[in-house]
Amino acid sequence: MKVCVVGCGAVGSLFAANLAQLEDVEVWAYDLLQPHVDAINARGLRLTGAGEVVSHVAATAAASDLPPCELGIVATKAMHADAAIAATAHVFADGAVASVMNGVGNEETLARHVERVIRGTTFPAGKLLEPGVVQWDVKGDTTLGPFESQPAPMEAVESLADACTRAGMPTAAVADARPPQWRKVIFNASTNPIGALTGLTHGRVCERPDLRALVTALVDEGKAVAAAQGITLDADPEELIDHAARPEVAYDHKASMLQDVEARRATEIDFLNGGIGRFGRELGVPTPLNDAVTALIKGLEASWT
Amino acid sequence: MIERVCVVGAGTIGSLFAGHLAQVTDVSVLTRRREHARALDERGLRITGRSDRQVRVRASADPAELPNFDLGIVACKGTDLEAVASTLQGRFPEAMLMTVQNGLGAEDVVRRHGEWPLISAITFMSGTRHSDTEVEYVLDTPTWLGPYESTTLERVEEVAKLITSSGLKAQAFADLRPAQWSKLIFNATVNGVAALTGLPHDFHFAVEGETTDLGPLVRALVEEGAAVAAAAGIELHDDPWEMNVLATKRGSAHRPSMLEDVEACRPTEVESINGALVREAEWVAVSVPLQRALYALVRGKEASYS
Repeated sequence: MKVCVVGCGAVGSLFAANLAQLEDVEVWAYDLLQPHVDAINARGLRLTGAGEVVSHVAATAAASDLPPCELGIVATKAMHADAAIAATAHVFADGAVASVMNGVGNEETLARHVERVIRGTTFPAGKLLEPGVVQWDVKGDTTLGPFESQPAPMEAVESLADACTRAGMPTAAVADARPPQWRKVIFNASTNPIGALTGLTHGRVCERPDLRALVTALVDEGKAVAAAQGITLDADPEELIDHAARPEVAYDHKASMLQDVEARRATEIDFLNGGIGRFGRELGVPTPLNDAVTALIKGLEASWT
Repeated sequence: MIERVCVVGAGTIGSLFAGHLAQVTDVSVLTRRREHARALDERGLRITGRSDRQVRVRASADPAELPNFDLGIVACKGTDLEAVASTLQGRFPEAMLMTVQNGLGAEDVVRRHGEWPLISAITFMSGTRHSDTEVEYVLDTPTWLGPYESTTLERVEEVAKLITSSGLKAQAFADLRPAQWSKLIFNATVNGVAALTGLPHDFHFAVEGETTDLGPLVRALVEEGAAVAAAAGIELHDDPWEMNVLATKRGSAHRPSMLEDVEACRPTEVESINGALVREAEWVAVSVPLQRALYALVRGKEASYS
C-alpha cells in the first residue's frame, strides 16, 4: 500500500522512515523544505538517536508529483495544516487521512478538504538535525481512531495502526481517540505557554507554588471542556505534569513553545489554549485563563512584527 | 513655608522634580550612586523636551552630607524604597515626606522608618533619561497629591502650589485613594501585560475584535481590579479602561517600566503593584484569577533571570 506523509519534519520523518522499512508499504513524503526533499531523494531519510534507520522515501515539494495513496499522515505544524491538505487532497480521493498534529481542531481542518479522516495523537518526538537527518529523541505510543463527524472506515484505521506498529512505532486503533488527544492537549496547553511567557523550564514552573496553581487552574478549564464533550480522560494530566517535573524525567525541558518564542517562530497557541477556548465557547464552558494565556502569547508574537 | 526641597532618588521622575523645583527653591538630591552625585555637582542638571532648564543642585549619595530640608520628595523606584527609607531613619525630623511610587504601600514602608508627616502622591508625568545629568520631559501630565494620616489638606495644597510654580502640573485632593486606585489598576494591567508580551503600550491593548485579542484581557483585568476597589469602598476617580484607551491613542507608545525592567533582567515593581492588588483582593475576599495569573507570571519571569 502507498502511504503519503504530509509535512516531513521531525514527527513526520519518524513515521516516514520507519514505515518505509516495511516490504508492503511504499512511502511518499510531501514537504516544502526543498533542501530536505533533495537530501531524502539523494541519500535516503535517516533517523538517529532512539533508533538508527535509513530508508528509501520518495520525497517531493510538488503535490502534483504524488500518486494516489490509500493512507495519509499529516504531521505539519498545526497552523500549516490547512494549506498542506488543500494542496494534497487529490492524493486521498479514495484514501483516509490521519492527523498526528499537536492540539485540537486539526481533524476539522482535514475534514474540510478530504472525506475520510482519522483522529490521531502521537507522543514520539525528535528534531531535524540537517536536511535528510532527524534526531529521534523519544519513543512513544500513538493512538488512532475514526474522526466522529467524517470517519475513515475502521479497517483503514486498523491497517495504518498495524503498519506503524510493525514498523516499530507502537500504535493502537480505537473507536474513540479523543481521550489521549485531550489528555495531551490539556498537558501541553497548561504548561507550554507558562514556560514560554516566563522563560522557565518545566521543572522550575512546577516548583513555584503560584505558577503550579496557575497550571492547575488551566488544567481544570481543559478538563471541564473535555467533560462537556463526554470525554473521559485516560489519565490525569496533573499526574503527568508532576511526573514530568522530576529531575530524571523532564525538569530541564524547555517547552517547544518556549523554544519557538526564543527563536521568534510562530507558536501553535491557536490549537492548544486557543483550541480549548474555541471548543469551550461552542459548548458554553468558560475558559477565561486559557483565553488570557492565548491573548498573551499572541501579543508576544505581535511584538516581533 | 517650604524653602528647601530634597529629591530622594534621581531617576527620571526625581530628576524632573529636581530640575524644575530648583528654579523656585533650594534643591538637594540624594542619589543611590556616588558617581551620579558627583556628576550632578559638577555639571548641574539639564532638562530638555517640554521644558528647557539648566540648574545647579546639591547632590550626595550620603544623607549625612545633605542639608536639612522642609520637603522630601521620595522618588526612588519601589524596589529600592525599603533601603532608601532606612537610610533616612533618624534624620530630618523637621521634614515632611512625599511618596510618588507606583502601586500601593509606599507610605507604609516610609512610616516604618520614621514619624515624618507624609503626603501620598502619584505622578503621570514621564520622561526619558539621557544621562545622569540630562532628562527629557516627555509627557507633561500632572502629579496628584493627597494627605496621608494626619497631614492637613492645607499642607498638601502648599506642596501642590510649589510644584505648579516650578512649571510642572500638580493638583491637591482631599482623598487621593480614588485616583491612586485608578492608577494601581491601570499599572497592574498594562505594565504586567507589557512585561509578558514585550509590547509597548500600543494599539494592541485596546483591540477587541476577537476573544483572544489583548483588549478583552485588559478589560477583564480592569474589571477584576474595579471589583476589588468597590469591595474596599473606593469609588475610582478614572475608569482604568478609558485611561488605557486614551494612552494607546497618543503618538508614541510608552514603554512601561516593568517592560524595561524585564528586558534588562532587573527586579520589577510587581510586588507593590500586582502583588498589592492581589493582597487587597484577598483582604476583601474578591476573586481575581486573571490578576493572580499575571502576578505569578511576572514573578516567574523574574525568577528566570537566574
